[in-house]
Formats: sequence, C-alpha cells, structure tokens
Amino acid sequence: MVESKTKYDRQLRIWGEQGQAALEQACICLLGCGPTGSETLKNLVLGGVGSITIVDGSKVVEDDLGNNFMLDESSVGKSKAKSVCFFLQELNDAVKAKFVEESPEALIERHPSFFSQFTLVIATQLVEPSVLKLDIICRQANVMLICARSYGLTGLVRISLKEHTVIDSKPDHFLDDLRLNNPWPELKRFVESIDLNSTDPVVHKHTPYVVILVKLADEWANSHGGCLPSTREEKKKFKDLLKGRMIAIDEDNYNEAIEASFKISASPGISPALHRIINDSSAEVDSTSSDFWVMVAALKEFIANEGGGEAPLEGSLPDMTSLTEYYVNLQKIYQAKAETDVLAVEQRVRNILKRIGREPGAISKSNIKSFCRNARKLSVCRYRPIEDEFNSPMPAELQKYLIDEDYSIAVGFYILLRAVDRFAANYNRIPGVYDGVMDEDISCLKTIAVELHAVAAFIGGIASQEVIKLITKQFVPMSGTFIFNGIDHKSQLLAL
Amino acid sequence: MAESAGRWRDLDKLLLRPGNIVSPNFEPGPELRDDLQTYARVLVVGAGGLGCELLKDLALSGFRNIDVIDMDRIEVTNLNRQFLFRLQDVGKPKAEVAAMRVMERVSGVNIVPHFCRIEDKELDFYSDFTIIALGLDSIEARSYINAVACSFLEYDSDDNPLEESIKPMVDGGTEGFKGHARVILPGKTPCFECTIWLFPPQVKFPLCTLAETPRTAAHCIEYAHLIKWDEVHSGKSFDADDPEHMQWVFSEAVKRAELFGIPGVTYSLTQGVVKNIIPAIASTNAIISAACALEALKIMTGCSKTLSNYLTYNGLEGLHTKVTEFVREKDCLVCGPGVLLELDTSVTLQKFIELIGEHPKLLLSKPSITYRGKTLYMQAPPVLEEMTRSNLILPLYDLMDKVSKDVIHVNGMTSKNDAKQSCLLKLRIVFKGIDGMTDMDMASGA
Repeated sequence: MVESKTKYDRQLRIWGEQGQAALEQACICLLGCGPTGSETLKNLVLGGVGSITIVDGSKVVEDDLGNNFMLDESSVGKSKAKSVCFFLQELNDAVKAKFVEESPEALIERHPSFFSQFTLVIATQLVEPSVLKLDIICRQANVMLICARSYGLTGLVRISLKEHTVIDSKPDHFLDDLRLNNPWPELKRFVESIDLNSTDPVVHKHTPYVVILVKLADEWANSHGGCLPSTREEKKKFKDLLKGRMIAIDEDNYNEAIEASFKISASPGISPALHRIINDSSAEVDSTSSDFWVMVAALKEFIANEGGGEAPLEGSLPDMTSLTEYYVNLQKIYQAKAETDVLAVEQRVRNILKRIGREPGAISKSNIKSFCRNARKLSVCRYRPIEDEFNSPMPAELQKYLIDEDYSIAVGFYILLRAVDRFAANYNRIPGVYDGVMDEDISCLKTIAVELHAVAAFIGGIASQEVIKLITKQFVPMSGTFIFNGIDHKSQLLAL
Repeated sequence: MAESAGRWRDLDKLLLRPGNIVSPNFEPGPELRDDLQTYARVLVVGAGGLGCELLKDLALSGFRNIDVIDMDRIEVTNLNRQFLFRLQDVGKPKAEVAAMRVMERVSGVNIVPHFCRIEDKELDFYSDFTIIALGLDSIEARSYINAVACSFLEYDSDDNPLEESIKPMVDGGTEGFKGHARVILPGKTPCFECTIWLFPPQVKFPLCTLAETPRTAAHCIEYAHLIKWDEVHSGKSFDADDPEHMQWVFSEAVKRAELFGIPGVTYSLTQGVVKNIIPAIASTNAIISAACALEALKIMTGCSKTLSNYLTYNGLEGLHTKVTEFVREKDCLVCGPGVLLELDTSVTLQKFIELIGEHPKLLLSKPSITYRGKTLYMQAPPVLEEMTRSNLILPLYDLMDKVSKDVIHVNGMTSKNDAKQSCLLKLRIVFKGIDGMTDMDMASGA
C-alpha cells in the first residue's frame, strides 16, 4: 500500500524497513485488557504489528469507563475483549485484531499450547501463580513474555525470555572506529601522500583531521620511544603540537583535530563487553546454535587471526572539514578495509557452518555484513525465569539496593508489590480494594488497588517500547525489573 | 450529566484516602474530585503526538474543562502515533478533530478547540486556565507560552512570588526513543528560559561547505534546497509541502552527489533534511504525556508530591530515567520579578518605546504595550495601531493611572541566535520622585 510508507514515515526513520517488516510479521497476544493492556496494545497497533489477540473474560462495567479509553458507554455489559478489540481496530486497519473471551488465568490452566502461536505475549495485571505458569509455558515454546502491572502510583514491567541477541543496537553515543593509532597500510599510504605543510591555504584548512591526527600521532610516537600521549600533561602537549601547526585561527579542521585528539589514545583491542560475548559458552557452536552465535564464533576467530586483536572495521567515517576529494577518498579507504574484513569473517562463517553440519550458505552475505559493521556493539540479554526470581531471591543484591539512597524506594516498592501479589494469591483479593478493611491492609499503599489511567498509560508506553525493541531486534531492551515511581519519578531498574 | 459514582472508582481511591507521601496541603475528600472537575481548567498546547495523548490522559484523570490549541492540519505521517486521527481526517484541523474524538469517548468532558496560532490569542485567554500542558515540538513556541505563563506571575515587596499568581505548566518533548517531562512552577522552579541551554540551537551547515566542499548526502540536499533553488527559481519561494518542489530538490541533490561521488541521497533523506523531520513514535509520546498528565493531576489535587523538576527518559540502550532538580536563573528576564526601569514622569510612550529598543538587556523592537489588560499601543493590525497612536505623545505615567510603580507587559521582537523571534516581557516601572519608591528594593533590579 502506498499509504503505509507515508503513514509509517516517522518510525521508518528509526527502525527502517527491516524493523517495520519484523513488526508486520509479529503476532502479539495480550492478556487482560484493562487500561494497562489497552494502552500497551494501542501503541503497537499504531506502529503496525501483524496481529493482536486480546484475551479477557470480563464484561465491561460502568467503572471501567473512567480509566480505559478503548471503551465507551455502548460497551457496558459487553465483552471487554471484544469492545477493546473493536476500538483498537479503528486505529489501524492493516492490523489483524482478534479476541478471546476467556479469563487469562483459565486459559493458562486449560490450554497452555494456545500461546505457542504467538511471537510475544503481554501479560497485564495477572496474578502471581498464573504469571509463574505462563513464564514456564512461554519459555518452553520460545515465545517472548513481557509482564506489566500498574498499581496506584507505581507499577512494574519485566521481560522474560531465555536469550535475546541484538546486532543492530543503535547506541546513542559510540566512539567511532577510526584506527588513528593503528592505521592499516592503505590508510597509512593515503596519509603519507598528503603534505600537512601545504602552502595552499585552502588545502591546509581542508585537510581532514583523520590525516592530521594519524600523521602527528606517528610523529609523536617516533620522538617518544613509540608511546602515544597518555598522561594529562602529554595530552595537553599533543594539543599544543596541533595548535602549532595552524596557520590561521579559523582552521576548523585543526580545531576538530584538537577536539578529537583523545581518539589517538584509544586503547587497542576489543571492549570488555565484546570480550564477554566472544568468550560466552554459546560461542562454542554446534548444529543447534543460532545464526547470531555462529557469527560470534567466526568473529572470535577473526579477532584472533586476521583482525590482530581488533574487531572488523566498521567502515564509516564521521563528517569532518575536508576537501571533497580527500573526504571521498578517505571514505573509500575505510569502506574497502571494512569490506575486506567482511570477506574474512564470511569465509570463517561458511567454514563453521560446514563444520557443524549446516548448509555453508545458510547465513546471507548481507547479514554477515551487518553483523561485522555492528560487531563492536553486539548485545546479549538474558533473563532469569520468574520462578527463580520469586523462589531464590538474591539477598545480597536486595541488601545492596536497600542501603543505596537512589534505589531504596524502588526496592521498597518491589517488596511491597510482591507482598501485595502474595496477599492477592492467598486472599483472592488485592489489599485496599474494600474501604472497610483498609486498616488491615498495607496502609502505605493507599492506592494499590487502583489502575489510574495516567499510570497505566506510562506503564503501557514502557511495555510497548520494549516489545518493539524485542520484535525489531534493534536497540537494547531493558534488563531486570522496571519499578515505576509515580510519586517523584525516581523510577529504577532492579537486577533481581 | 448523571452518572454512577463508580465511574471514578480508581481516581476516588487516590483522592479520598490519606497517605504518607502527599503534598502538605492535601486534604483527602470528595471535594477534591469535584474541584478537579468543576474549577480546574487546563489548556493543552499542541494537538500532535503529545497533545492527543495529553487530552486522553487528562480527560481520564478527572479534568473536565479542557481547551486545546493547535494551528496545524492532520497529515498522513501523523497517523502512526496521533491516535485520535483517522485517514479520512487528513486535511482537517487537529485541534477540532482531537477535541471531538475525546468528547465522543469520555462522557462529561468538555473540550474547546482553538484552530489558530498561539500568538493569535490575547493574554486574557491564557489567564483563564489553572494549568497549562505543553505538547510542542518547537523551542520558539515553548518559549512563547512560558513567557505568557510567567507574565501572570506577581511578586510581593520582598520579591517572593505570590502563590495565587503562579500558573503551573507541565511540558513534554520527545525525539525517537528519548524524551523529557518537566514541571514548571513559575517563580518557584526554573522556567523554560532559565534552562534554555538544555535546547541548543540547531547547527546549520556553513554555506561555503555546501557550495565548495560538500562531503555528505545532507550537504548535497541543502545545496539544492538553499542555493540552487534560488538560482533557478528567481523570486519563487520554496515550499516544503509541495511534492513537486521536494522532487526537484531531490533530483538536483542526486546530480550533485553523483558529480562529487557522494553516496546516500534518497528521497526520504531529502524530506528529512529539508523539513528537519524529527522521528517520532507512539510509545515515547505515551510515556512522556502520561508523566505530564500525572504531574498535572498531582499539582491540582496535592494527592502526592510532584516531580522536581525535570525527568529525562531514554529507551535506546536498556531503559534510563533520570530526575534532575534544576535551579532557577537568578536574573531570569522572564520569570524573575521583571527588569526594573526607572523613569521620569515626563517620559512619553514614544520615548519609552525608544528606551526599551536600546536597553541592552531588552533590545525589543516593534513593541506592543499593555498595562493591566489595557492596550496602550499596538503595532498591528493597522486599525488598532491607528486607534492607539494618539497615546504615543502622552506621558507613560498618565497612561499608567499615575501609580508610582507597577508592572507592564511588552510584546515585541527580539534577536536570538541571529533569528528574530516574538517575545513577551514583563517590565517593572518605577517613576522617580514619587512617594512609595523609597521602599522599593532597588538592588534586585536592573
């Protein structure tokens, strides 16, 4: 449809056509369509997920109209799942919207295999015993699970799945991959071909900082026993060296070089995070390994061999003051090196695939290319089973959080919310639901039985954003349990 | 309208019960909900991604008297997040459709739409609201509304803000997976202008780079847009909303990119660069608006303490939220007690206009001047200019009813980062040699 490219324009600029295609193939199941659930799905329907299936066994009562926008007067007395489904469908006719009129708890008991048809299940306001059962069902069926709850002025969101791997993590700020202190022969040759002392002032002020820094880093190393500036004093001296080369104060390229001078001291080799990934036991691959881990195994070999301790070159060059010709040539040199690295990794991927008994061409070249370009930014997220979190809490972690000023309120909420869930499971009602017995309930949680629309919209927003990250396999989903603090907004993520 | 008490079950539990973490003047009771529904009037500025969410969130948080102002019409590219709009609404005013949709869904709520520019409304219009919620994507518009809200702020003789003159604001902003929500209590917490450095002006490419040393696809696009267009279409201005114009810029950019061997020019990028498109998604807007609406509810009812005072959200790598307590700029021209001007009683309005044009802190050109709601001089429209022109030769002292000191409001143009923009300032006028001026705290003024 012509419309859809325009309709999704503002999000295509974020996750691209690949991300959008992943969304359009996703089948999402929502358990519980109160405000938290309805708001979560609203954001996903707008974004154009493939299908939604709403599971809720309740009928709409007058009370529901006060906090759920996906209902109106005409819904009263009707199936809540059906009504919410109708209003959500209105938002985007490209989405297949279905509903099942049954309580999520009963469905989990009666029909566990129901969930295996979905990409991802969103469980909202679900009681503790059902959450535990659902987590086991989803993990067995390899279906992603996200739990969201709103309680009064607080709430929580928790992802549960075995493992989520991200190639295209699109971090906000990431040091570019320029290899200024370790240039490969082609880059070296290009740098040597340029005279920093050009008498043409236009050329002088349009010599890219990459060239300036590679040259002067080399000069520095030659006069400092092969070492690059490391102390603060040396770094300042290096900047002075750069300043001394300027022939006019308006030379932006030299100012950029001074600003970027810290890049020549970038430590060689891979980051600790990437080190952990290539040394993960999953990088010892067999026929059951995912494509991601097969590529990690190849990456590990590459780093130890052709890479000389480095990951494949990313191949992109930030914009910098330069003559067009210098910049374009430099860009080509970076791209060519990246391409060479991709070929080396690809060869290793093919060999590994053969070794583990898979078709050598099973992983496409474009996937390998994307993997190499993002090799420094790979991310692996793993989540403890919810049952483990509940049954074997980590007292040391909790203790640490309790005495940390920034975390103590969030962890206090967490403990209270867990207590509320236990209470609900044991007494079959949420504390605070009846005014008369309020005193016997936990007085601190004055609003615990409440699903405020604004809080539900916040929690639903968080949950839907995490769903998008999980489905598009872009960006990094949150780790741990998100505890919303609607009192002063000092929300926290707890690793539990 | 008759409705069962059950409708507000959840809200009532928040407002009827005492708690530990509430505002010091929180007195739980049903009056709070009634106050919220009867007396609270909220203005939502912007009916876009944040505005749609804000309207829904506020209507379902118990606010009943809501106004919404937006000058835009609905476009297809809005539909991935502005959930109150449908394909068949494209071309209609956002404010009107948004108001209608929320009223259809939430009974008892009254939303008045205003399809116009924010500058088109008189100060009086803004003074009617108890709280203002901002869902904007422009710094200039935020600045303007901020100045309007701060113009109502009054100070006592000790330079303490008068509680009843504080017009609270909640402000949200998003870009992709990132956003912010903030609470502005003018006179108490920093206003938008106090922390203007949080919004650095957009960096533009130097024209010589575009003309002589292009390196990126964006350079080629801006060359076609800013240089080539004028060369070829003498006199005809470029219209970013005209697809033919956009197509022309795109094909020129492609040609230039080929000439220089620069990769990456696409139609989508051309639109993005030329229109400065900020990517936007439903989930971030939902998160930020919900935070703003929740703060509005807390400010109005005191049912819990409020955000103090700036929340940032970043969902790119994991999930990060951070609350920062910014501090007020002591000498803020906008939310401070106002620039103090000492004048002779003989100064005419004409002379006064010249003075504020030259004053180094103000540099205000084309000012329109109001005093206690009374228009002293208007630049436009011509009919009003003519009506007020005769005031120019009168002494300001007379026009201000011969009071020794008071505040006047000036609406004019000022230069900021080389761009002219409209602004609203509050000036404290003190007339020399008149009784009562001795107790004025001169040290705090200009």
